[in-house]
Amino acid sequence: MSDLLKVSTMEEYMAQGKQPEILFWVGSAGSFDDRAKKITKAFVKILNKAHVDFAVLGTEESCTGDIAKRAGNEFLFQMQAVTNIEVLNAYEVKKIVTCDPHSFNCLKNEYPGLGGHYEVVHHTQFINDLITSGRLKVDGDLYKGKKITFHDPCYLGRANNEYDAPRNVLKETKADIVEMKRHKRTALCCGAGGAQMFKEPEKGDMDVNVLRTQDALETKPNIIATGCPYCNTMMTDGVKVKEKENEVQVLDIAELIANAQGL
Amino acid sequence: MQYLPNIIFAIALILGFGYFAKNVKKLIRNIKLGQDVDVSDNKSERFKNMARIALGQSKMVRRPVSGFLHVIVYVGFIIINIEVLEIIIDGLFGTHRIFSSLGAAYGFLIGFFEILAVLVFVSVTIFWLRRNVIKVARFWKSEMTSWPKNDGNFILYFEMVLMTLFLVMNATDVHFQAMNSGNVISQFIAPLFGGLTETTLHFIERGAWWLHILGILVFLNYLYFSKHLHILLAFPNTYYGKLKLKGELNNLEAVTNEVKMMMDPNADPFAAPEEGAEEDVPAKFGASDVQDLNWVQLLGAYTCTECGRCTSSCPANLTGKKLSPRKIMMDTRDRLEEVGKNIDANNGEFKDDGKQLLGDYITNEELWACTTCNACVEECPVSIDPLSIILEMRRYLVMEQSAAPTELNNMMTNIENNGAPWPYNQMDRLNWKNE
Repeated sequence: MSDLLKVSTMEEYMAQGKQPEILFWVGSAGSFDDRAKKITKAFVKILNKAHVDFAVLGTEESCTGDIAKRAGNEFLFQMQAVTNIEVLNAYEVKKIVTCDPHSFNCLKNEYPGLGGHYEVVHHTQFINDLITSGRLKVDGDLYKGKKITFHDPCYLGRANNEYDAPRNVLKETKADIVEMKRHKRTALCCGAGGAQMFKEPEKGDMDVNVLRTQDALETKPNIIATGCPYCNTMMTDGVKVKEKENEVQVLDIAELIANAQGL
Repeated sequence: MQYLPNIIFAIALILGFGYFAKNVKKLIRNIKLGQDVDVSDNKSERFKNMARIALGQSKMVRRPVSGFLHVIVYVGFIIINIEVLEIIIDGLFGTHRIFSSLGAAYGFLIGFFEILAVLVFVSVTIFWLRRNVIKVARFWKSEMTSWPKNDGNFILYFEMVLMTLFLVMNATDVHFQAMNSGNVISQFIAPLFGGLTETTLHFIERGAWWLHILGILVFLNYLYFSKHLHILLAFPNTYYGKLKLKGELNNLEAVTNEVKMMMDPNADPFAAPEEGAEEDVPAKFGASDVQDLNWVQLLGAYTCTECGRCTSSCPANLTGKKLSPRKIMMDTRDRLEEVGKNIDANNGEFKDDGKQLLGDYITNEELWACTTCNACVEECPVSIDPLSIILEMRRYLVMEQSAAPTELNNMMTNIENNGAPWPYNQMDRLNWKNE
């Protein structure tokens, strides 16, 4: 189906003297990680379906530097940021959407101080806007009667106070939304943030993602929904540790909407 | 000799407030050891935060049981202290219950205080039970032994004793009981002292009165040595607390200057710095000791009341890792105190003691366990930001010592070389489109 994806680059737009409505920041995980690439494609299908005029940077995109910053390497972060800002400003980018809450937070909150001023939205916010403005209609009963619990990504929730957009989108699937005991501002981290994704955890009793998966499994869900590629990996691994991979799926909100639409 | 009690009282007052003032000066001096940070912006928003979070206790009540009990103790503490005003006037001028001339209003006030005193006593008892009998997990973490553990209990005992003395003082005050106005609670305590002569009662009443006021003065001076400082510092700390979104971590300006220099093709790296520019370059990136942190972070360390809400919501701590955001704050305060004492002992000059916050108090293992999830920041009822300290110390580890875990060094090398945390070629970034 992938041959049906319509994806243009900023370079192509510029060659035609056009400016897209929005830049889709794919992010490193969304570009290279096999699981996250599925989320990227699902989101592109939604964008195509809603006839959103968008472009990507493609090979001109580079890591936001978010992970480096949180690991303490402010120098590397700013080098990445300044390089990216040069590219983004050269293309006169005004609005950015991304499926990664870490890129979202970094581009939205930490780039302005270095000269990168953009309107940045998370893909769950963007999909929510598409739905409320009538540009996207979610029909189909694929998830009707299914129990879905949403795991709040730290960098969307606590970091940026966005708790409603992903839940509003989920409601469109007609599924039953069940909340974990720790949710919204008290949600437990999946364990990947702050560069933990790239290292072995320190010694402890258990892994954070397993604890968080326990939280989710307590709600007896059919699906654990996420809005972050790293959370997705962590929760998927957690479900495997709990040997529930045949009963419980871990899906990104973009995938849920794309699937519901039969895209 | 008639004025002896007045004189003793005045001396006690001067000593009590004097010693407290001396320690407050030290406290301010220590906080100012931190780096300067501009928090003069958004005054109205800051006032609102202080009113809502400190005065209004808005974040305390998120945990309803401890929050509700805390509100009682807090309100009781503030209101009953109006009584202290009367005690001070009586003590200095040798009067007795000077405000009793207010009549019915006085009875109403004292009655209200008596009810509050009982409520405070009950709440404090429940707090004690939570700490020592129910053993709420967050009070039994590894950093809560010895002094921190005792400190928590001492404060509760202090409050129990002060409330008891207040009620006994009222119960044994023959005139006050005879007025029969405002003795809402103490009238039921008075019979306990039945059968005693008026002289004995007077003796007990005076004893309770003196112990009550002296107890308050001792308690006031206990603050500086205790986690209980929060009753004062919660106000400035919520005022100066972070206003930006929690996700936004500060960009280091010193790094920005260097990066600009590197990126600017016209920059001459060997050019003489502009006048005054040299002082802007910090001695080091990040923080290895308390003086490298900013003063708001140090204020936070003194404000922390070790309630442990942060630690009880920290994913690292919940899964048995060594990191505890509360310990980060406690260590920062302990080290700051040590530095302060060092300065006192060396005529106002800090003498290198071969120690620092990093390593001697906070280990690398704790710092690397943080997921930067902001749960601790979200939980803190008085707007302390432990994450900002962890980040500053990571910055020191990485930029000054290159002491990141190997896997993170690999990740960072990848970002440097190919713009992604994994070793994939940047030219392959769009391959997903056709896969």
